[in-house]
Amino acid sequence: MFSPEELSALYLSAKVALWATVTSLPLAIAMGWYLARYEFRLKFLVEACLQLPMVLPPVVLGYLLLVLFGNKGWIGQYLNAMGIELAFNWKGAVLASMIVAFPLMVQPIRLSFQLINRQLEQVAGSLGASPFRVFCSISLPLAIPGIVIGSILCFSRSLGEFGATITFVGNIPDETRTIPIAIYSFLQQPDGENMAMRLVALSLVLAFSALIANYFILQKYQRKLGG
Amino acid sequence: MLKCDFQYQQADFLLKIKLEVQQTLLGIVGASGSGKSTFLKNIVGLLQPQQGSIQFNQRILVDTEQKIYVPMHQRKIALVFQNALLFPHMNVQQNLRYAEKLVANLEGKFQFEEVLELLELRPLIQRKAHQLSGGEAQRVAIGRALLSSPNLLLLDEPLTGLDSKLKQQILPFLKRMKDELDLPMIYVTHHLQELEYLEADIVQLNQGQLQNK
Repeated sequence: MFSPEELSALYLSAKVALWATVTSLPLAIAMGWYLARYEFRLKFLVEACLQLPMVLPPVVLGYLLLVLFGNKGWIGQYLNAMGIELAFNWKGAVLASMIVAFPLMVQPIRLSFQLINRQLEQVAGSLGASPFRVFCSISLPLAIPGIVIGSILCFSRSLGEFGATITFVGNIPDETRTIPIAIYSFLQQPDGENMAMRLVALSLVLAFSALIANYFILQKYQRKLGG
Repeated sequence: MLKCDFQYQQADFLLKIKLEVQQTLLGIVGASGSGKSTFLKNIVGLLQPQQGSIQFNQRILVDTEQKIYVPMHQRKIALVFQNALLFPHMNVQQNLRYAEKLVANLEGKFQFEEVLELLELRPLIQRKAHQLSGGEAQRVAIGRALLSSPNLLLLDEPLTGLDSKLKQQILPFLKRMKDELDLPMIYVTHHLQELEYLEADIVQLNQGQLQNK
């Protein structure tokens, strides 16, 4: 049904999106919780930095990643010395996806934490639960709707990531050629339109499935909470 | 038992408390805004007095001079709020067990079964918080507080928001707790009748100052 090239792009996209989602999640939960709970002087600056990848042209982001994490980049040279290579590597595609999708992941998580009745946490504390235990047993489970939405948004956005990825990690078959990059490549070939169309259809199915899964997971959780 | 001598200021409201509690059940009555809940929040550790000290059973919980401040989860003082505030992602049994699991094995004062019996919670244990009436939820909240094995139980207008029929259902449970459990309690309300029914020793809180009733 699918050609090896298409399957490779599909596999790579899923791998990159999954890694980007899983590695972003702990950081997004920590950031969402912190922004929901605390006020501090430079909060506006943190918020601006957080939103920056959403408004920056993806190519600019890819170029910045190259300057920072390229093999001779400011940070990349040290990572390289440790044997960690990001540029022109699928791991770099994960990093690009993480940065682009991170704001989309943090916002629903933050909102979920903001909506939790703080008195529930206070009750748990007065029953003898330490702050860490309160977080794990009360705050985190009650923030699950936001965590699910954030994860699905991050996964879907990572599947569609193109500009920053192609600038930072290029277009290498079986290494960095994800679905959007493969579609772009097929469209450059004289006979590639059919393959591009199939991948476009596949992208639509994947994105739609993610959103439907999102809907059902949330429904299930709302029922559990009695909402 | 409980010895308070502290001040807590918020905006232009000053709560000034000097109190020694020896009774099993102390009732504090006062109008809305008199500082009743603020007083309890200082005792439980949700608020921090700017000046003074709080001691319970010779243990210093707060001493602003010595810069001692025992965090809420280490005080072994449970607070039942006006709203039951059951954890919505847990059923009644899980809510009760949550508190029980936080207590070290040997420190448990009340048995799970004993609390179910006392508050007649057995028919409710599989229900979710949203499937309970206000009175049932408040009984679960009280049971949960008991299972955390507190040394002191604070009740912050636990019957507010319940109609008089539900109040009449819960008050006997509170009376049983007072009579049967060896547990000091402070009960805050603006309904004097509740305290009279419970045969509590009563003090009045008026604009942040305690007065004998």
